[in-house]
Amino acid sequence: MTTTTTRRTPPPAVAAPPRKRRGPTTGVIGRTFRYCLLLLFLLIVLMPAYVLVVTSFKSGSDIGVNGQWNLPEQWSTESWAKAWTALGPSFVRTFQLAIPVALISSLLGAANGFVLSRWRFPGADVVFTLILFGMFIPYQAVMIPLRDVVSTLGIAPGIPTLIFVHCVYGIPICTLIFRNYYATTVPVEMVEAAWVDGAGLIRTFRSIILPVSIPGFVVAVIWQFTSAWNDYLFAIFLSNTRNGPITIALNALAGAQSPDYAASMAGALITSLPTLVVYVFLGRWFIGGLMAGSVKS
Amino acid sequence: MLTRVRRWGPGLLLISPSLLLLGVFVYGLIGWTIKVSMSDRHTAAESDGFVGLSNYVDLFTNDINGRFLHSLRNLLIFTVVFLLGTMLLGLLWAFLLERGVRAEGLFRTVYLFPMAVSFVASGVVWRWLMNSGQGDDAGGLNAIFGQLNLGFLQNPWWTDPEWGMVAMAVPAIWQLSGYVMALFLAGFRGIPAELREAAAVDGASTFQLYRRVLFPQLTPVALSALIIVGHMSMKMFDLIMSVSGAQWLTEVPAVYVWQTLLTSDYAKASAISVILLLLVALVIVPYLVQTMRTERRS
Repeated sequence: MTTTTTRRTPPPAVAAPPRKRRGPTTGVIGRTFRYCLLLLFLLIVLMPAYVLVVTSFKSGSDIGVNGQWNLPEQWSTESWAKAWTALGPSFVRTFQLAIPVALISSLLGAANGFVLSRWRFPGADVVFTLILFGMFIPYQAVMIPLRDVVSTLGIAPGIPTLIFVHCVYGIPICTLIFRNYYATTVPVEMVEAAWVDGAGLIRTFRSIILPVSIPGFVVAVIWQFTSAWNDYLFAIFLSNTRNGPITIALNALAGAQSPDYAASMAGALITSLPTLVVYVFLGRWFIGGLMAGSVKS
Repeated sequence: MLTRVRRWGPGLLLISPSLLLLGVFVYGLIGWTIKVSMSDRHTAAESDGFVGLSNYVDLFTNDINGRFLHSLRNLLIFTVVFLLGTMLLGLLWAFLLERGVRAEGLFRTVYLFPMAVSFVASGVVWRWLMNSGQGDDAGGLNAIFGQLNLGFLQNPWWTDPEWGMVAMAVPAIWQLSGYVMALFLAGFRGIPAELREAAAVDGASTFQLYRRVLFPQLTPVALSALIIVGHMSMKMFDLIMSVSGAQWLTEVPAVYVWQTLLTSDYAKASAISVILLLLVALVIVPYLVQTMRTERRS
């Protein structure tokens, strides 16, 4: 897995020849320019967040064409209450969806990843490529029969169906996360030693591999939780506002012909809160999943 | 042989449920979609008449108002702008950060945070920002342009019939540039320090260092980024649904599938889906094959 570790070389034994240095003035100007650019982009990236927060605290009468970028004249939680009434039930349902998805997918991924990282059977690369392709397909290409299949299998509509499909289509990315993790971080010797001691594959996996898999699990759990939480495509095809996740409810709230922008934006913030909290506190692992998504190990 | 079976038998047992599920739900269902796309199931009623490729031919030659070609054109504009924007911004941000700056963590965290938000949620605010009103009716970004005396920047955003898709790519760029930055930053940091030192010893200027030494090292990363972002672009659905809704102006194939399903034209929806799948496979399959090959060599 590509991580953002910095590779530092030990200091050279022989003093390096004096480097050509830029004059101190260009250095200062360059650095100032660099920070100005960085700050400018920071503000641009945060601008939609500003709008979301500010607008969500305005009351209905406060949202005119004039002063729409200003702070609210009177901070009001009226729109938050309205948004929560519209989104509350689906907010709870989305936790019921995303948590099982995260746990089941990572367990499946750990098992697959372990086997595929150690077992070089003939055609293993082809099998792995076929697995990976599953995470890139446009899901429209399976969606039409998928609806019939899940109902034929007798899986209850709404959240249970979505748990099932997220687990199935999450197998590729979770397998990849764990395969790369095991291939790079778990030494071959550890596994070999267990085998010499007569441990079978399952026992090796349970007692040697699983205990050192925590970082892999954190990455996979965060990734799957975020994907399930943010998903809209499966949700719109396989559920509705009454039994679906929060993205569907938010789209219903915000998608009206003349939407209540204050309530919509409060709703967008409510919808984003769980994934943002995860991102802020566990960002390092979130990035781990992002990197795995580019396949390169 | 027996030891092999004993050692790997349980392994096979462990992965076979996943392989079976993927076999059925990825490849089986794709096969099913292809079958429907070659049938005459144009209504909710079951129908299995085989019509070969005629649904595909109809999309290209016989679609009302050239709707499918229109959606492809939209997708092309969107993809070009989206790719250019994310690659340029991502590389620029990584370049600004790569030698280490104070509060690097803060900048990285902020630049990347849109990735943690769903398109549906960010679509809400971008719909507001890209308000098409101008002059006295200006809202969102147009309003701020007016206040800053940048009135000439006011534009109808995605409601422009010719170039609306350029505007539609703006939120997508906002959302994914941080991801490209993270890829490039990892690329920069993976370049051995010896290379920089060698260049310094040879008296290379900063410009030469980047132009001749560092950027060439980033080519594989750039290719990965292009392919990952490019295939996401082809599948773009959530963002467009939440910014503009399902509208003719901003319709892309992924949205067209949904619209067609609403009319129960299963055959046509399947045909569009299969074309979308082919487009994605065209970039992803060579990428996967090549990645596996490099991995085996190393």
